Amino acid sequence: MSSAPSARPRLDPHDPAGLDSLLSEEELAVRQTVRDFCADKILPHVASWYERGELPGVRELTRELGKIGLLGMHLTGYGCAGMSAVDYGLACLELEAADSGLRSLVSVQGSLAMFAIWKFGSQAHKSEWLPRMAAGEAIGCFGLTEPDAGSDPASMRTSASRDGSDWILSGRKMWITNGSIADIAVVWARTGDGVRGFVVPAGTPGFSAPEIKHKGSLRASVTAELVLDSVRLPGDAVLPEVTGLRGPLSCLNEARFGIFWGALGAARTCYETALEYAKTREQFGHPIAAYQLTQEKLANMAVELAKGQLLALHFGRLKDQGRLAPEHVSIAKLNSTREALEICRSARTVLGGNGISYEFPVMRHMANLESVLTYEGTPEMHTLVIGQALTGHSAFRG
Amino acid sequence: MTTLNIVVCVKQVPDTAVERTLTPEGTLDRESPDGLINELDEYAIEEGLKIAEAHGGEVTILSMGPAKAADSVRKALSMGADKAVHVLDDGLAGSDALATSAALAAALTRVGFDLVILGSESTDARTGVVPAMLAERLGVPQLTLAATVEVSGAGVTIHRLTEDGYAVVTGSLPAVVSVVEKINEPRYPTFKGIMAAKKKPVRTLTLADLAVDTGAVGLAGAATGIADWAARPPRTAGVVVKDEGDGGSQVAGFLAERKFI
Ligand SMILES: Cc1cc2nc3c(=O)[nH]c(=O)nc-3n(C[C@H](O)[C@H](O)[C@H](O)COP(=O)(O)OP(=O)(O)OC[C@H]3O[C@@H](n4cnc5c(N)ncnc54)[C@H](O)[C@@H]3O)c2cc1C
Repeated sequence: MSSAPSARPRLDPHDPAGLDSLLSEEELAVRQTVRDFCADKILPHVASWYERGELPGVRELTRELGKIGLLGMHLTGYGCAGMSAVDYGLACLELEAADSGLRSLVSVQGSLAMFAIWKFGSQAHKSEWLPRMAAGEAIGCFGLTEPDAGSDPASMRTSASRDGSDWILSGRKMWITNGSIADIAVVWARTGDGVRGFVVPAGTPGFSAPEIKHKGSLRASVTAELVLDSVRLPGDAVLPEVTGLRGPLSCLNEARFGIFWGALGAARTCYETALEYAKTREQFGHPIAAYQLTQEKLANMAVELAKGQLLALHFGRLKDQGRLAPEHVSIAKLNSTREALEICRSARTVLGGNGISYEFPVMRHMANLESVLTYEGTPEMHTLVIGQALTGHSAFRG
Repeated sequence: MTTLNIVVCVKQVPDTAVERTLTPEGTLDRESPDGLINELDEYAIEEGLKIAEAHGGEVTILSMGPAKAADSVRKALSMGADKAVHVLDDGLAGSDALATSAALAAALTRVGFDLVILGSESTDARTGVVPAMLAERLGVPQLTLAATVEVSGAGVTIHRLTEDGYAVVTGSLPAVVSVVEKINEPRYPTFKGIMAAKKKPVRTLTLADLAVDTGAVGLAGAATGIADWAARPPRTAGVVVKDEGDGGSQVAGFLAERKFI
């Protein structure tokens, strides 16, 4: 192809990393489908869901997500779509560009609850639950965190003991996404042989999931406590294929992969909102975009977005080749959530007073990212993981 | 009838959300902006898929357009259509509605059909006459502006949208139906559909394959021409009505002057 002199490559402000050129036709189609779905079904409503702290119609919405193939999309068989890690990442980015709460629903369903069953469940668990969960007919949650055991899940108190062939589960879980709308909970508990996972149908006597109210973040997402009051489960409720914390941690590793892509979606929305606003808002006789201080903010946003996206894509390709280490995931989870939050905070300042209004998406994304920064391993935890990988010294216990 | 042979015509149009430009000949520049499936055609695809699901049948996508139109064909296949025919020939550039209907009719005759479904108009040219021309050329009933479509036995019945309601129109198969956006809610391509679309057959046909005379299509064969054109004048500032007691009558006067009331 001959190129005219005027055809010098240009930076696309909407794609500062030039990511699109690295994606296949199918990957672009996957992304477009999720983007269109969010534009039609989520964006018109999500600000009001957030403000009211409700997710009306979440069951119908989950079914629609299932219809497209978004639930457990990177898993194979049992009605799952069998897509690549990169496809999954791109989908998470688009979902979170709408709202982190929506992406959380999909992450917990696919990467935590479904993945745990898919990877560690019995044949009966898989055939009973996975097709319904993939279709969005059944919603799942994942209970690891407890009131007194967050970053240090090894200190969990929830326990399961044998009673004849049955299991008796007792304890409390805290901050459980999807908890009060779930049909099925994957609950981790200590047993005589170490930590085990249990499949707990929501109607089981002794199981309840009171919703956590008064959240200042992830308000378009359901969060609950799980109360396990001597819940009697049949012997086959235990996930047979894993013992020890390796079980829940490998699920978290899956979910974190979606999160480091997703957070960049929230960042993209805030960056684009700030860019548009800066070009049209005039003060002192010029658009604020014309001032160096504003340009520095926008340039830093574009730079971090570009870096974050390239890292996400690179790690996505490594994951598809089976070469992604958990420490890689820590690098990207730490970087994406930290930089995304910084981008949103900076975007908020560009919008001035409007930045704090729910008429614009920035404050919502910014507040959401406080949860995204903390859950699935705080920045401190990922820093310690990376530190240990670099030095060989574990610094978790002082 | 065992399986219905449903053909849905799909046109790739420039994204209406971005600025569109004209070529020096006054036709739309189809190369520069991103192309999308003409929105109404998505409703046509949805209706075709629904009818095939309900009655058993196969949905073929028929698209005439430049090489880029393959993207729209691919999307239609990822929504669930079974196969596609892409009429691709440089000689088609600049075709008007009459020429387009000639090429499409030739392709339809070649492919065969029980039911042809189209959107009732495209967002770029907006003539809305292709469905009728097509039916005329094919010598089959035309049932246009359908808000519902029912296929039963060897016939098809539609609710044809009118100014003040609908008319019930019935025809025999084969037939040409055009749909309005009231008819359904187009599905999103599923992820499985996106992957499956890669393997679905897309046949490319040229004017020579269709034995269409090059003089009958394209800019040369167009029965209509662009005599002159001008860009829409830039938007002017609106009128601000200050309500000092007579705001209501001022607004009413403004609307009456422009014949809105
Ligand atoms: C909206 C939301 C949804 C959630 N969804 C789920 C879910 O679905 N399932 C689930 O199981 N959990 C969920 N969580 C819980 C989440 O994973 C935990 O909040 C997170 O792991 C942190 O635990 P913690 O809140 O107990 O904080 P803590 O562990 O008490 O940490 C408090 C602070 O101390 C720091 N800290 C702790 N130990 C060290 C150390 N050794 N060195 C330095 N600093 C340290 C932490 O980094 C943090 O800054 C959710 C949380 C939120 C907010």
